[in-house]
Amino acid sequence: MLAEIMLIAGKDLRIEFRSRVALNQVAPFALLILILFGFALDADRASLTTFTPGLYWVAILLSSVLAVHRSVAVEAGEGASEGLLLSGLRPASIFLGKTAALIAQLLVVAVVLLGGVVIFYEAAIEDGVLLVTSLLGAVLGVGAAGTLYGALLGGQRARETILPILLLPVLAPVLIAATRAFGDAMGTVAADGWPWTSLLFAFAAMYLALGILAHGVLMEEN
Amino acid sequence: MPVVDLTEAVVLLGRFPALAGATLRVDAGESVLLQGPNGAGKSTLLRLCAGLLRLERGSATILGQDLRTDRRSIRNRIGYVGHQSMLYDDLTVEENLRFWGRAAGVEQSQQDAAAERMQIEGRLRDVQVARLSAGQRRRTAIAVAAARRPQLWLLDEPHAGLDQSGRDVVDSLITDAAAAGGAVMVASHELDRVEPVVDRRVTIAGGTATEVNNAPSSAPAEEVNRVG
Repeated sequence: MLAEIMLIAGKDLRIEFRSRVALNQVAPFALLILILFGFALDADRASLTTFTPGLYWVAILLSSVLAVHRSVAVEAGEGASEGLLLSGLRPASIFLGKTAALIAQLLVVAVVLLGGVVIFYEAAIEDGVLLVTSLLGAVLGVGAAGTLYGALLGGQRARETILPILLLPVLAPVLIAATRAFGDAMGTVAADGWPWTSLLFAFAAMYLALGILAHGVLMEEN
Repeated sequence: MPVVDLTEAVVLLGRFPALAGATLRVDAGESVLLQGPNGAGKSTLLRLCAGLLRLERGSATILGQDLRTDRRSIRNRIGYVGHQSMLYDDLTVEENLRFWGRAAGVEQSQQDAAAERMQIEGRLRDVQVARLSAGQRRRTAIAVAAARRPQLWLLDEPHAGLDQSGRDVVDSLITDAAAAGGAVMVASHELDRVEPVVDRRVTIAGGTATEVNNAPSSAPAEEVNRVG
């Protein structure tokens, strides 16, 4: 099963390497959101610093919609999703492989954006371990939920518009928990970020389990 | 045991019965041409046989497997070439061959042999699929399917976009597959092209299948047995 997961993830990452959608489109889009937030709140520097964790995660979630859409579009283009059905690969492997590739792309965007908030917002990182751990938990959850909802909408013609409407509310717990955890890690709130980090991993575990169980059915229905 | 055994098979696309009670049997070593007008249900019939569509009513047994209970286990024994290439545009021909080959558990030597047979050689293998012509895409898609050495071939307009040599290769693929004990179903509008290489013809119209006798080319075809 690991070989199948690696095969799918490797294929998606190779496609990303060729097309550079995450690097040339998703990451700049995320940075642009940060810059626009900066313009909007620049007059109130204290507020900008306070809201940095929330703004960071709003930018990540909005960008993740683009990344998820790209992940779905790769399979939909020339009917490759049917090829996957005919290939004999396990649906769970396909789900985990696509999730892994999406996570890798989101991590790149997250790191670029982290540099953005440090440079543009002058954000300070007080607890690097908490920051990295919560980042991994959040990206894992976004990747798993994004892949699952991408599969749900894979065959829909209007998926570009439906995807954010369905996915963003689902990711609200990630936004809340990751903002709290980042707030602690950046010293902008007086809260313990570790319980929120645990919540992020619980969210990710739930969507990984759901995806493993449901991805086959969703592929068949599309 | 027949490779394809459909009885009164009904398939709905939305609420529309794309197959409205088709009955058809194809044995091992047989090649069958599915002919009929656009929208008659030829592609739907092939997709049903590939396990890609749900059987609504009737019965369907493919490679000994009842599609009502399991549509998955037969899929990797089928070589389906549809309207879409099922290739990744951003990957090269070589990368597509390798990916789909590994996904289906096919040896690299089989992949290479299939590519060679479809005349996919040299620098063409390093070209991104997005840059290929329609015919080159078709050749690649057929090579991907051929590498699996399927027991059942389902070909939907396989000659579309191919040049003369490509068409000849497809013809030989059909005859060789049947000769090797496989079953082949070809949906095509190019009757003059396909008729000489298949064993019999079936007309699909209105979602039903009608057997046609294999008349000599000089005599008009006669419908002999309405089975769907």
